[in-house]
Amino acid sequence: MVTSIKKYQTRPLDSFKKAMELRKEYYQNVMEAKQQGKLLITGGADSMVALPAGLGDYVFFEGEPYGATISMDPEFSGKCVEAVEAKNFARDMCAYMRNYWGSMFLNKYYFGGEFPKPDFVMQLGFCDTHAKWMQQVGEYMNAPYFGIDMPVGTPGRNVDAKVKYLTSQMNDAIEWMQKVTGRKYDDDKLREAVRNECKSSALWSEIVCYNKAIPAPLEQRLIFSLYIVCILRRHERKSVEFYEMLRDEVKQRVADGIAAVATERCRLMDDSQPPWYFLQLYKYMEKYGVSVVGSHYSFFLGGSLEEMPDGSLGAPKTPDEMGMPMKTREDILRAYALWYVKKPIISQMFALPHFKSETMLRLVKEWKVNGVIFHLNRGCEGTAFGQMENRLALTKAGIPVMTYEGNMADRREFDEAQTLKRIDAFMESLGLSKLEG
Amino acid sequence: MTLDRAKEIVTNRHDYAREWKKKTGSKVMGYFCTYVPEEIVYAAGVLPVRVIGSHEAQSYTEPHIYAMFCPFSRDVLAQGLRGKYDYLDGIMIGHSCLHLRQAFGAWMTNVPASFSYYMYTPAKIQSPHAKELMLAETIEFKKAVENWLGRPITDGALDKSIEVYNTNRRLLKQIYELRKADPPPLFGSEAIELVLSSQLSDKAEHNKILESVLKELPQRRNGPQGGNIRLMIIGSEDDDTNFLRYVEGLGATIVADEHCTGSRYFWNETIPEKDRLRAIGNRYVNRPPCPTKDWESRRRFVHIMNMAKEYNIQGAILVQQKFCDPHEFDIPPLKALLEKNGIPSLFLEFDITVPIGQFRTRVEAFLEMLQLEVV
Ligand code: SF4
Ligand code: SF4
Repeated sequence: MVTSIKKYQTRPLDSFKKAMELRKEYYQNVMEAKQQGKLLITGGADSMVALPAGLGDYVFFEGEPYGATISMDPEFSGKCVEAVEAKNFARDMCAYMRNYWGSMFLNKYYFGGEFPKPDFVMQLGFCDTHAKWMQQVGEYMNAPYFGIDMPVGTPGRNVDAKVKYLTSQMNDAIEWMQKVTGRKYDDDKLREAVRNECKSSALWSEIVCYNKAIPAPLEQRLIFSLYIVCILRRHERKSVEFYEMLRDEVKQRVADGIAAVATERCRLMDDSQPPWYFLQLYKYMEKYGVSVVGSHYSFFLGGSLEEMPDGSLGAPKTPDEMGMPMKTREDILRAYALWYVKKPIISQMFALPHFKSETMLRLVKEWKVNGVIFHLNRGCEGTAFGQMENRLALTKAGIPVMTYEGNMADRREFDEAQTLKRIDAFMESLGLSKLEG
Repeated sequence: MTLDRAKEIVTNRHDYAREWKKKTGSKVMGYFCTYVPEEIVYAAGVLPVRVIGSHEAQSYTEPHIYAMFCPFSRDVLAQGLRGKYDYLDGIMIGHSCLHLRQAFGAWMTNVPASFSYYMYTPAKIQSPHAKELMLAETIEFKKAVENWLGRPITDGALDKSIEVYNTNRRLLKQIYELRKADPPPLFGSEAIELVLSSQLSDKAEHNKILESVLKELPQRRNGPQGGNIRLMIIGSEDDDTNFLRYVEGLGATIVADEHCTGSRYFWNETIPEKDRLRAIGNRYVNRPPCPTKDWESRRRFVHIMNMAKEYNIQGAILVQQKFCDPHEFDIPPLKALLEKNGIPSLFLEFDITVPIGQFRTRVEAFLEMLQLEVV
């Protein structure tokens, strides 16, 4: 399983800088939305962010990435979670949410100034937290709130009814948004945003497929820096352009045999969000010649994979590529709803554990993975859902597995020394020792 | 008293189901959440029983569910892994919280059953479209049960099932109505046992139990005393009647509840209409909501405050299963709302085994404080 040491060629990724710029610009836009005459909407990262596009210019301020950002700053994050606890909310609730709520209760935006006041709140709910998180935000910020219910259920069952349910709710949302903002709704803008979103997501999916190559052109830390555009701004043209550029660059890296980790000799996958305040974890594993080539989470938060004619997993077809009509509002909403119904992050991760296990097994095989590390993440009941069953399924298939406990955005629940110790032991079990130099 | 029969069913729930199976030669289906259209199962001649825990310390679930999930869900799974429910022919769950769904998923993978079904029950019950989706899901579920059994579920059977279920709900509500009196004729622990036994037994038989209880209660001499502190219990799943007995032994009577093991289970009836499946589905959309289904506006709080008023409560115990996300969202604002309305409350966090000893000081102090307020 573990091959001899060989050094691959490596070089920095040009697109990385662009991703960082787009992220920075996004948080600036959140802060300046009002001055720029844009609507400010807040909601979850998985919300249907293209839906408000028909209203004109807007910024969609997403809760989870903001919570993750805060968690990287121990001092500010500490104040945030304490502010939430002071209001008697439990400390085992979603850690992203507690960072976001804390920032809201303290009235401090992490990037400076006051916490941005949204014009309205819009959420897509599929974990126990989503809808209730934003209910509190709406009440506290005195902002109108519209929630959309994502019908999870067994994948593949009742698809038409689920699409209809989502479409009807989106139609209601459009009426509602017009009422609360006083703006008219333009379907052409909706069409464009939906197209951008689907295209961004399909491009991202195509990019992660290039990581099947040995050596992997990307590793997990880099992946986290790159998927963020698809999470924050996937409905924008800028996002599509970014992923086109990234796709070309990654494709070239594969052609040139460029590795993300020069000493790649073992390929791992991990599970759930990482402890954001300790991304050194990946650097640490690199010392062993480990390249973490991705995860169910990092692939699917922005992307989606479908079975290709040759039986392998590949990028999904966009509604246009599938030949779905996109003429009327009804057409667009139907295509958009179907896109969400098929999203693996929702239909697999949140339905029943075995759906995710099945996909994980395929990822392990196709991405040529030697082992899987589960972050048993106390900070997110969503990604922690079914993890132990996933672990059992992989073990049963003979895949080496390791777990460590933590919390993606509350460092009080993470033991650095203990985690590194476990990693050392896992590496040893894989026959790996630290590389010199 | 027939009340004892209810307690017996709860205590010997496995024997009850096994005997029922033997007697009828039919199948038994375990359900994991009260958001399942039981009427369809019952109409198919299958006995639906709610799967609950046993409040015993256990070490079975660790490889399957991580400890950050609620004790109830872990306790439930432990029962399956231990083989306590080996008589179940099928299992099902309606979409509610991730915790219980995880127990269901692990059960499905590790405990053999010939039928397992995860049904989506809409979370945005306030949406005008929820009923349509509920109908579509109910239709699919009915088909799945028919395929499993290899026979159709007739309209006649559905009508009968709706009638039996509605009777059960009506009778339970009549008994709850009596709890408005001072003193109420039954303890809160007994009321919860009545509801739990309903979830665990054949409703037709249970209706007879309820009818007898209704007849017997006016003559009862050993019920709660008048002048006791009137309490309401609110929150997560709570089948721990020992804890309730303990509280009621301290000069308080639990006169109302808002739990899925209590009033939330039976509060509203199915309103019959020609499209039976629609009628059944609508009832679940209209029922008093679980916190996960209570948004955008907070209808649950309105319901709780109405109950608090109607039952003339003096204090509330807010029960939360540890790590129960749904209730963790509602409890702080609910506590504030109760207080704003002059209703003091005590918050308690439950684990698989309920540490009465640990709670003693707090419960006693709370009741003392309420007694002083009454004086
Ligand atoms: S618990 Fe997890 S899935 Fe749910 S809102 Fe928080 S981060 Fe998202
Ligand atoms: S107690 Fe809470 S978390 Fe547990 S099953 Fe019930 S609602 Fe879900």
